[in-house]
Amino acid sequence: MSGVRVLVGTRKGAFILTSDDARERWDVRGPLFGGWEIYHLKGSPVDTDRIYASQSTGWFGQLIQRSDDGGESWNPVGNEFRYEGVPGTHQWYDGTAHPWSFTRVWHLEPSLHDVDTVYAGVEDAALFRSQDGGASWHELAGLREHGSGPKWQPGAGGMCLHTIVQDPTRPERMYVAISAAGVFRTDDGGVTWHAMNRGLRSEGMLPDPEDDVGHCVHRIALHPSNPDVLYMQKHWDIMRSDDAGGHWHEVSGDLPSDFGFPIDVHAHQPETIYVVPIKSDSEHYPPDGKLRVYRSRTGGNDWEALTHGLPQEDCYVNVLRDAMAVDRSHPCGIYFGTTGGQVYASNDEGDHWTAIVHDLPAVLSVEVQNLP
Amino acid sequence: MSEVAGPSVSRVRVVLPEHLRNLAQVDGEAAVTVDGEVTLGAVLDALEERYPVLRGTIRDHGTLRRRPFVRFFAVGRDLSHEAAELRLPDAVAAGDEPFAVIGAIAGG
Repeated sequence: MSGVRVLVGTRKGAFILTSDDARERWDVRGPLFGGWEIYHLKGSPVDTDRIYASQSTGWFGQLIQRSDDGGESWNPVGNEFRYEGVPGTHQWYDGTAHPWSFTRVWHLEPSLHDVDTVYAGVEDAALFRSQDGGASWHELAGLREHGSGPKWQPGAGGMCLHTIVQDPTRPERMYVAISAAGVFRTDDGGVTWHAMNRGLRSEGMLPDPEDDVGHCVHRIALHPSNPDVLYMQKHWDIMRSDDAGGHWHEVSGDLPSDFGFPIDVHAHQPETIYVVPIKSDSEHYPPDGKLRVYRSRTGGNDWEALTHGLPQEDCYVNVLRDAMAVDRSHPCGIYFGTTGGQVYASNDEGDHWTAIVHDLPAVLSVEVQNLP
Repeated sequence: MSEVAGPSVSRVRVVLPEHLRNLAQVDGEAAVTVDGEVTLGAVLDALEERYPVLRGTIRDHGTLRRRPFVRFFAVGRDLSHEAAELRLPDAVAAGDEPFAVIGAIAGG
């Protein structure tokens, strides 16, 4: 079948929304894994039938589910995430040293090249890799042990590795982002890592606002045609790097708030990016009760509000870091989910929006697949 | 705690919470075979052996510590804080009463 498949992770299960290429009428399936938190599910770019899902609860811990038929059926695979060696300590909220301990998988990133290879970003922050379709997991411990680990500290949501970005032109290069530590890059397939946080300023959050680590990076994204350009939604500030994370500069421009969680790049226009400004600190809802996606066609600084079809009064939902995705259709489709249980879709690059579901549990993640 | 007498192989009935029944694809009670002394740890070992998908959901991998929001009940007693070496009551070892794995009442 052709068309698109939207994978939605929520506080109480997963949902799969499918449509044809027009992306106007949607079939809704779910809840899958009802009652479990589905932090993330994502399909393999190598084989769209292969989907991985992170399933967890406070009661029964972590499971990883795998589908080999596009989400029709699922099987639990390996769920043992054991840190390599003696994991040591990181900073706790009160400044004391806290032993590293596994809580959950926040993000699953299937390999661009191999259907059985998938990366998992976990809390407490570490990166794991499976090369057997999720059956077994091994930590890429060079990240946690690269030197700054004892200085990492949890954000409000826990100390999580939430973003994994692969460079499509250099298979050995990968980026991860950790709250609250920052961005790290490997150029040797995950063996060694370097902090890539020069230019970030976290005034009022770090004793040295320009420290090498400690920044609350919420999300990073790149376009595959121009992989040395990175975009970042930091706790505050929209940032851009033109040298693969070597240095960052701010491109927040005139946004109504430079706080937010997701950031994503148009599938066909590497300088067109999307954010959802949120009021902070602690409110975490849209400014003025108006849910607005902002689009920049210039790689930042100049932004336009996209409001058509989105609630423009009395809207106080949040959009979480993994809850936005873009498809590769023409024109490019944009999708995002809210903590109020709506999933909004635009089939025209963000100009017009429709809520394709209204009343799901709080949405944690949204991914989209173009089907062959 | 009473001693367990009788055959060296026991068939123990286990009540699982709904989410774990679904995972293990168990309809109703589960049943496990324990070879030797019917201890708390031996029943959990047998349960995870019979249903590998339950590994990590009741006890942590590696440490085998009970997950915080899981409880163990049997014959009207809370055994959650007992050691793995605890012998379970005769009625459980004999299959007359089930060993219950409980998802603790907690909000959300």
